[in-house]
Amino acid sequence: MNENNDESIPAIDVSGLTKSFGERPALRGIDLQVAQGERLVIFGPNGAGKTTLVKTLSTLLKPSSGRIFLEGMDIRSKPSQIRSRLSLVSHQTFLYDDLTVYENLKFYGRMYDVPALNERIGELVTWLQVESRLYDRVGTLSHGLQQRVTIARAVLHNPSILFLDEPEIGLDQQASLAIGDIMKADGRRTVVMTTHNLERGLELGREILILNKGKVVFQESRDKVDPTDFRQVYNNCTGTTGE
Amino acid sequence: MNNITKKITVIFWKDILTELRTKQVITSVLVFAILVMVIFNFAFGTGGETAELAAPGILWVAITFGGVLGFNRIFSLEKENSRLEGLMLCPVDRTVLYWGKLAGGFTFVLAVAIVVTPVCLALFNLPLVLPELVLVVILAISGFAVVGTLFSAIAVNTRARDIMLPILMLPVVIPVIIAAVNATSEIMAGGSWGDISIWLQIIITFDFIYAVIATLVFEFVVEE
Amino acid sequence: MNKKNILRDYLLAGLGIGLMIAALYMVFMYVPTDKHTGIVQRIFYFHVPVAWVAFLAFFITFIYSILYLWKRNMKLDAIASASAEIGVIFTTLVLITGPIWAKPIWGIWWTWDARLTTSLVLWVIYIAYLLVRSFTGEPGRSARYSAVVGIIGFIDVPIVFLTVNLWRTQHPTAIIFEGGLTTPMLITLMVCIAAFTVLYIILTIQDARLKNMESEVRRLNNRLV
Repeated sequence: MNENNDESIPAIDVSGLTKSFGERPALRGIDLQVAQGERLVIFGPNGAGKTTLVKTLSTLLKPSSGRIFLEGMDIRSKPSQIRSRLSLVSHQTFLYDDLTVYENLKFYGRMYDVPALNERIGELVTWLQVESRLYDRVGTLSHGLQQRVTIARAVLHNPSILFLDEPEIGLDQQASLAIGDIMKADGRRTVVMTTHNLERGLELGREILILNKGKVVFQESRDKVDPTDFRQVYNNCTGTTGE
Repeated sequence: MNNITKKITVIFWKDILTELRTKQVITSVLVFAILVMVIFNFAFGTGGETAELAAPGILWVAITFGGVLGFNRIFSLEKENSRLEGLMLCPVDRTVLYWGKLAGGFTFVLAVAIVVTPVCLALFNLPLVLPELVLVVILAISGFAVVGTLFSAIAVNTRARDIMLPILMLPVVIPVIIAAVNATSEIMAGGSWGDISIWLQIIITFDFIYAVIATLVFEFVVEE
Repeated sequence: MNKKNILRDYLLAGLGIGLMIAALYMVFMYVPTDKHTGIVQRIFYFHVPVAWVAFLAFFITFIYSILYLWKRNMKLDAIASASAEIGVIFTTLVLITGPIWAKPIWGIWWTWDARLTTSLVLWVIYIAYLLVRSFTGEPGRSARYSAVVGIIGFIDVPIVFLTVNLWRTQHPTAIIFEGGLTTPMLITLMVCIAAFTVLYIILTIQDARLKNMESEVRRLNNRLV
């Protein structure tokens, strides 16, 4: 974690971000600032660019133009260093089905130079209640259990910025609880979550953003949003007439 | 520097562990390579002088084709569950990824060669312990691995990925094949270091040039 | 298309036509029939320039591949791939005219000497370049991948040539296409090389322009969605 942390530096600072795949634009100019410790939830219809945005912010994709600063660091300058501070959970697990849960976590732990790795693994599998399957091959686990292991993989190195891309799909109850824990916990970790589920997003988020056709069309603090007519707001912003 | 080597080893070990778990690919590739040798042997006439002349070629065809099959796996392994994204998220330079995968690919083909070469030598009634051949095999396979790893990363994202890799890789490694076959031919005819030194130089130069270029160019392949 | 481009196009076309006419005249009227090898030898004035262009085209692809990876401008990629498309055509012609020339004179269709082998390998690498482009889904990716192939492939060409050369000094094979050149032959050859080089430039520019237009159409199409 960041020792010499100036709390006024935004965790995520994006200006003029565009991303095109060949000639197909996915992000058409995003300006965004996310404070440290924020819980940002991003809504948007399919194809709005939520996944592209999250992948670009987490350095998996290179921006076509624009600047991204994570905790004050330009992602173009020291990408590996920045990656040690962030993490991503998507519905792809990034896990090796032929290796055991322990071997998978050990692998990622060593790649991230996690100190006291065995203890850390023990702590996480206990929290996610998968310790009974620790030495089973990941391929033999149900999808819900695999997602729990994915969450463990993601928080292994204690990232200060965590991206969750539609994490609720295929989660079992335990994993869902874990996501809830992460989102509601206090602390300096910044969490950005994308989701389709308006109710769940409003429940977990403290800052709300709606993305449509690659642009930010709505951004507001959760307190100022009225959940009852939020669906209407969402439909207006995205030109849809229902989820 | 130490940390980089450590990370390369971590990736390498992960690949070895995965392969040891399933043993699928190595066994099928070995069977294939031996089959190739047998069939080519029949194709070139059994026994007699023609067979002996063909021995170096047969050996290298078997290793090359076995190698191509193995290299496909280097990055197709990382396709499932989007594992490549998991690797790309790790706080390491892209070139560390390249060298980690390269180590795995090299080891895989080396394992194939370790089995195939003595079998070939035995089939042609040649002495089994040939230190010069060991060096030729190691150097040539290094060249294959340097090119094969890079092109595996490309081929895995194309249609017809299994045929794309050999189409990309084989033309490029032709110099290695020529040098390896010639060196092997000298060795099987009883030659020693002096006779093969020019061929070794070619392979070493190839390995070096392409190791540098592939390292520089790899990030352009994986960064989207 | 702006005025400068149109002017340049007309100049190039004029130059190209002029050179071609001059080349044809020189090959069929001016230069005397070769004493040793006869009329068939005139293919030489076609084969050599075409081979020169084949390698030049790949060099251009190499340079523009590097430039594309550096600047990420799709126009650079258009030139790289246009040059490869034209180059593969020229390489095919090399591989066809070589045997046509060799068979009547030396009695063989093919020999694995350094020049022919390298031309064949060049052809295969071109094909690999074009296959990667067409087998990769998205244009940005296909440009990146083929740029890498273009770079790796081009560096291979001299290595292949030197290796085959070395192999052939150890195991000599039939040598063809040797022989000195008289002055009229040399001048004719130079004119032909110039003519085909200009032809290559014209074809590549047109092909690249077409690709740029296709790209623009796709971009506009995406805006409509």
